[in-house]
Amino acid sequence: MGSFIGLIVVYVFFAIMGGGNFRGAPGFSSFLNFGSEVGIIALAVGLLMIAGELDMSVGAVVPASSLTLAIVAGDFGAPVGVAILAGLAVGILVGYVNGLLVTRTGIPSLIITIGTMFGVMGLTLGLTVLIHGSTGVFLVPDPLTKAIFGQLIGNMFQVSILWWAVFIAVVFFLLHISPWGNGVFALGGDRESARNAGIPTNRLTIQLYMLSGFAAAFVGVSQVMTFNAAQVAAGRGFIFDSIMCVVIGGVLLTGGAGSVIGIVIGTLTFAIVNQGIFFSGLDPNFGSIIIGALLLFAVMSNDRFRALALSYASGRKN
Amino acid sequence: MADQTPILELEHVDKSFGPIDVLMDINLKVHAGEVLCLLGDNGAGKSTLIKTLCGVFKPTAGKILMDGKDVRFNRPRDAQEMGISTVHQFGGTFALMSIGRSFFVGVEPTRGWGPFKIFDRAKANEIAVRAVRDFGITRIEDGDRLVGGLSGGERQSLAIARAVHFGARVLILDEPTAALGVKQASHVLRIINEAKRRGLAVIFITHQVMHAMAVGDHFAVLIRGAIAADFRRGEKTREEITDLMAGGETMADLEASIESYEDTHEGRPPPPAP
Repeated sequence: MGSFIGLIVVYVFFAIMGGGNFRGAPGFSSFLNFGSEVGIIALAVGLLMIAGELDMSVGAVVPASSLTLAIVAGDFGAPVGVAILAGLAVGILVGYVNGLLVTRTGIPSLIITIGTMFGVMGLTLGLTVLIHGSTGVFLVPDPLTKAIFGQLIGNMFQVSILWWAVFIAVVFFLLHISPWGNGVFALGGDRESARNAGIPTNRLTIQLYMLSGFAAAFVGVSQVMTFNAAQVAAGRGFIFDSIMCVVIGGVLLTGGAGSVIGIVIGTLTFAIVNQGIFFSGLDPNFGSIIIGALLLFAVMSNDRFRALALSYASGRKN
Repeated sequence: MADQTPILELEHVDKSFGPIDVLMDINLKVHAGEVLCLLGDNGAGKSTLIKTLCGVFKPTAGKILMDGKDVRFNRPRDAQEMGISTVHQFGGTFALMSIGRSFFVGVEPTRGWGPFKIFDRAKANEIAVRAVRDFGITRIEDGDRLVGGLSGGERQSLAIARAVHFGARVLILDEPTAALGVKQASHVLRIINEAKRRGLAVIFITHQVMHAMAVGDHFAVLIRGAIAADFRRGEKTREEITDLMAGGETMADLEASIESYEDTHEGRPPPPAP
């Protein structure tokens, strides 16, 4: 489909521009490492967008979870396993609050999650300074947890790439194979009809937010393990990056359509452009132009594709 | 028929939102194999009545009886489980989902066990296509086609076929023909007749008198939240029904006043009222 052709075009472009380094292991590791982190979040955000909602708070959940982990393990001296669970719990909790607010108030999820994003950012910054006294926390994990979440394979490839593969498999199963996924599509297609058809729309929405909170928290955990440190300012890039990946991957902004394969392709495309710019010797300051153009092109081709799909054997106007 | 117990019956149903009374003393009965047409102008309370019937709202006072037994619906699903199915104006289908997936939303057929239940696409598609074709929509052959590619009439038919397949006994159709062209509408009317032939009780909400008269056995006209008239097929003419819906101001009077104006003003129509 369109997004797959886009991926090939983008890869070939940077393979030529980026030289041997980009075509070899350094290039692959660079965009796969980047892609795996944003990709894990993009999968969960993608599910939400298919269901017709947005989640801006992921960018705040990443540092919130990594600092929770670092402070619980470092400052409070708890076992790392407990600290990891605490970090993940923060994400799930934020997701639960998001879901609750979205389903109870009827305010657009964009606004609500921007609100929780700022709330979580403020809490993270305030509590970190209060407890730890600075905005960055160092943590040296024991070898086992390091191996599970933060190892570099061959000194280049983050273990999070494997975790990304796990997330892809799980989300693919949930969305495309299990009956649960049908509800997600229905929810994004028409919330009212989905409810009338007996889909527990509120519960499903809350579940989806908890999943995206969990995914963001997971990335937060793996960042601490990879870099041995947690930073308050980390993670802001994930807010738009995750949405970009999802949209480039062909998920409709209005919800109701999309696929896991598409989201993965979108993530790879985005990651290749994002990292390829550094290899190609192009002025990185202009890199955003390519990303912006890519996004517009992706949305236009998605609309075209949808129009084709709908007009198939139809005599209906509009 | 009169001595049979109706499938669904409303007794003295009132519904108010705060101080505003939307429905007042509604009494309705619908039997199996019968089409009850609910007519009314915009704002007459049709939508509220439907939502009360399908479990979205609870009546403020009065009773809903199914098979003569008092029932209460706490949520739409309760009504569905009792066999009341509602099809909305735009079909309640999902434009970007395939026919098979859309047909089984909420009741997906599965294979496998435990958390590894698998949505059985082949089976879903096959059942959906068969159910729709049974209703005479032979143009649908592929269950993977997107619902958005179907015509408005086909989408309605798909939604009705879906309701019937899942064991609906009472079918509530909310303005199914309002957005459709003449041919598509007659298509839907045929499907309503087919549902009736299969012994369903159909509640057909519309403000198009022609459509109502084509299939209805029993008519009720709703004006400002109350039933203004309740009559059976053949008891009133089309003009009388239209007049009733317009709120008592008879169309004939209106026409007469326009004609008399034209007679005295060299055939020009009267200017619109300020």
